[in-house]
Amino acid sequence: MSSSDDNSMKFSSTRRKLLMGIAAMPAIPVLASSGLFSTPALAQAPATSAVNTTGLAVTDTEVTVGILHSVTGTMAISETGSVQAEKLAIEQINAMGGVLGRKIKYIQEDGASDWPTFAEKAKKLLVNDKVAAVMGCWTSASRKAVLPVFEQYNGMLYYPTFYEGLEQSKNVIYTGQEATQQILAGLDWVNKEKGGKSFYLIGSDYIWPRTSMKIARKHIEAKLGGKVSGEEYFPLGHTQFNSVINKIKLTKPDVIYAAVVGGSNVAFYKQLKAAGIDLSKQTLLTISVTEDEIDGIGGENFANAYSCMKYFQSLDNPNNKDFVAAFKKMWGEKTVIGDVTQAAYLGPWLWKMTVEKAGSFDIDKIAEASAGIEFTKAPEGYVKIHPNHHLWSKTRVGQAQLDGQFKVVFETPELIEPDPFPKGYQ
Amino acid sequence: MTQSGRTFFLRPRDAIGIVILAVLLLVILPLALDNFRLQFVGKYLTYAFVALGLVLCWGYAGILSLGQGVFFGLGGYCMAMYLKLEASSVENTKIQSTPGIPDFMDWNQITSLPWFWEPFRSFGFTTLAVIVVPAIFAFIVGFAMFKRRVGGVYFAIITQALAAILTILIIGQQGYTGGINGITDLRTLHGWDIRTDSAKTVLYFVCVGLLLACILIAYFVKSSKLGRILVAMRDKEDRVRFSGYDVASFKVFVFCLAASLSAIGGAMFTLQVGFMSPSFVGIVPSIEMVIYTAVGGRLSILGAIYGTLLVNWAKTSFSESFPELWLFGLGGLFIAVVLLFPNGIAGLWQTYVAPRLGPLFSDKPKAAVRTAATPPASPSGPVAPAAAE
Repeated sequence: MSSSDDNSMKFSSTRRKLLMGIAAMPAIPVLASSGLFSTPALAQAPATSAVNTTGLAVTDTEVTVGILHSVTGTMAISETGSVQAEKLAIEQINAMGGVLGRKIKYIQEDGASDWPTFAEKAKKLLVNDKVAAVMGCWTSASRKAVLPVFEQYNGMLYYPTFYEGLEQSKNVIYTGQEATQQILAGLDWVNKEKGGKSFYLIGSDYIWPRTSMKIARKHIEAKLGGKVSGEEYFPLGHTQFNSVINKIKLTKPDVIYAAVVGGSNVAFYKQLKAAGIDLSKQTLLTISVTEDEIDGIGGENFANAYSCMKYFQSLDNPNNKDFVAAFKKMWGEKTVIGDVTQAAYLGPWLWKMTVEKAGSFDIDKIAEASAGIEFTKAPEGYVKIHPNHHLWSKTRVGQAQLDGQFKVVFETPELIEPDPFPKGYQ
Repeated sequence: MTQSGRTFFLRPRDAIGIVILAVLLLVILPLALDNFRLQFVGKYLTYAFVALGLVLCWGYAGILSLGQGVFFGLGGYCMAMYLKLEASSVENTKIQSTPGIPDFMDWNQITSLPWFWEPFRSFGFTTLAVIVVPAIFAFIVGFAMFKRRVGGVYFAIITQALAAILTILIIGQQGYTGGINGITDLRTLHGWDIRTDSAKTVLYFVCVGLLLACILIAYFVKSSKLGRILVAMRDKEDRVRFSGYDVASFKVFVFCLAASLSAIGGAMFTLQVGFMSPSFVGIVPSIEMVIYTAVGGRLSILGAIYGTLLVNWAKTSFSESFPELWLFGLGGLFIAVVLLFPNGIAGLWQTYVAPRLGPLFSDKPKAAVRTAATPPASPSGPVAPAAAE
């Protein structure tokens, strides 16, 4: 899928570029004239020299972007949905005529669930392939690894995952929710609707759950006047939750608040069920289980739990119906669509609209034009890019059903402003 | 093993091999590759330090360590701590609740710099720590085990457990270590911006220089009396012990040496790649490093360097061309090497190429077991069974 001529270490690439440049020279008038006379779409497209002043991979007919996710390794199961959504969006955009009259071509690289590999591949995409934008990354660790690369080589990353916040970059558009967007409204809801006063916080041990729980604890104690009856973290991949489940049984919290990720989820919910904790009586609110995870956990083990996200596959609006139908048509009837998959789908669209607003592919112009971009056809409803490069979005709470889908029981009436550096929560 | 009339620790063919490698790394690759690819080679070469340590430790002394990532990581983290402190000036971190401490500490509600971070403000201390900290750690581990005559497979398993323990420790103590994200966003070394292309090129040459120096050290150790005792120990440990040598001390020494070499690689890695994370400490990278050595030839100092370069280059180019299938290709390569060329590339060279190049490069067949490696070749004859196989 990636351009193979860059792989050889044998040849000097400078020399190769020179040769390619010489070879391409006679083609320039041909391309220009064919553009003028044959395809009307191209005739409307602005000249490449005008929309690309920084040497990105943009030709008169094509623009190249990168897709950088793990398709191998432990994260592949989560990131595959994002890759699928991004490819779908690119296909749809191409079917509508592309971006500034240019078809999108993508180069896919595998981050292999390994953070340094992500950094290496990001560099390859930016330096070697000169891609105009990159849709990619999933875990915070991979984003942290590529961020300096994007800032150094001035690339543009569309990052889809809900994450801990505490970050803002000119070179990243965060299409998922930052922590406060995901947490606060959900806690308010559980406090009001379920009478949640005491909370037991459980998370996997890394930056996202810890930051999220820090925010949750402050909100519970300061704003809701509730109390935290326990807070525990487990290593990634941990599968023995019996001790914490016993503690939960002893302390009897109103709400179990969970941010357990990945494969640990399967063990956690199965053991909860085996220990006799009935989720229809014990309120459980999680910020880490989407339709994708339920696939692994099993609908019967997770039914009646509440999940706090901005998107559910079952959302009832015309945009989402079209999106779900197109997604299933491209990737099969059995695929499920989780929160992050939807956020990944937004990436190429937001980029296209930003490029068209800026009238240019140049990264600096896109970074500037991003603020205020609105996407009315988003499956989650309507989104808008904030000047801090995060999205305005709604918070929704879904109740898990036996079939692995969610019934939306609550949604904030207004879009919530993204606030990656929340005052009073640090 | 010894050649008569040799006074210098390098045999002519060793010297030629080193010169060829030096020319390749210092002249040919920098001219042939663009900056971007050259930086990759620089990164690969940092693993070559580990492979070099493994040749001494595993190939010659017969101690198979599956935990070299621990030392690579310790060296890398020492360097990363220094760079992170420099990048966390009060000015750079003024948006934090506590300015002047690394960003991840601030995210974890830590309000002052932990005591063990303090010394890493000094570059001199850091340089020393890169070499000494892993050596001390290796000494403790090695002393505890070799004195009790723990060896072979048991030693390999314990080193693997160490790699797992250290990973869990680093991930668990994320307020002090950066957790699973590692220590990221490193910027300057003593005020010198390490992120620019020119800095990366300089670092590449520094890395090659250090590697060549380490290769010379390895040859020196190998050709010394110490080296011969190591080989003897590998082949017949009891006989060496009965001859009055303190076997454990020799083992501890070579294990510490391999640890320090790995740590230098780790520090150079941090400088060139710009971050350090627990993903270089764990079991998987540690085993990968053993694979580099095996592919290159574990009895050949230079073979291990070429093996590291080859495997990493294959990894990069396979994964660029076939993002969804590349792991299978790489797996196939390893199986092929192990099945067809058990002595790695170096064995291939020694069997098929060197004999055609004349007496300078090939040994005449000898009945005795030969253990000295020829660059970039290793013995063709019957290979002594390594104690830890």
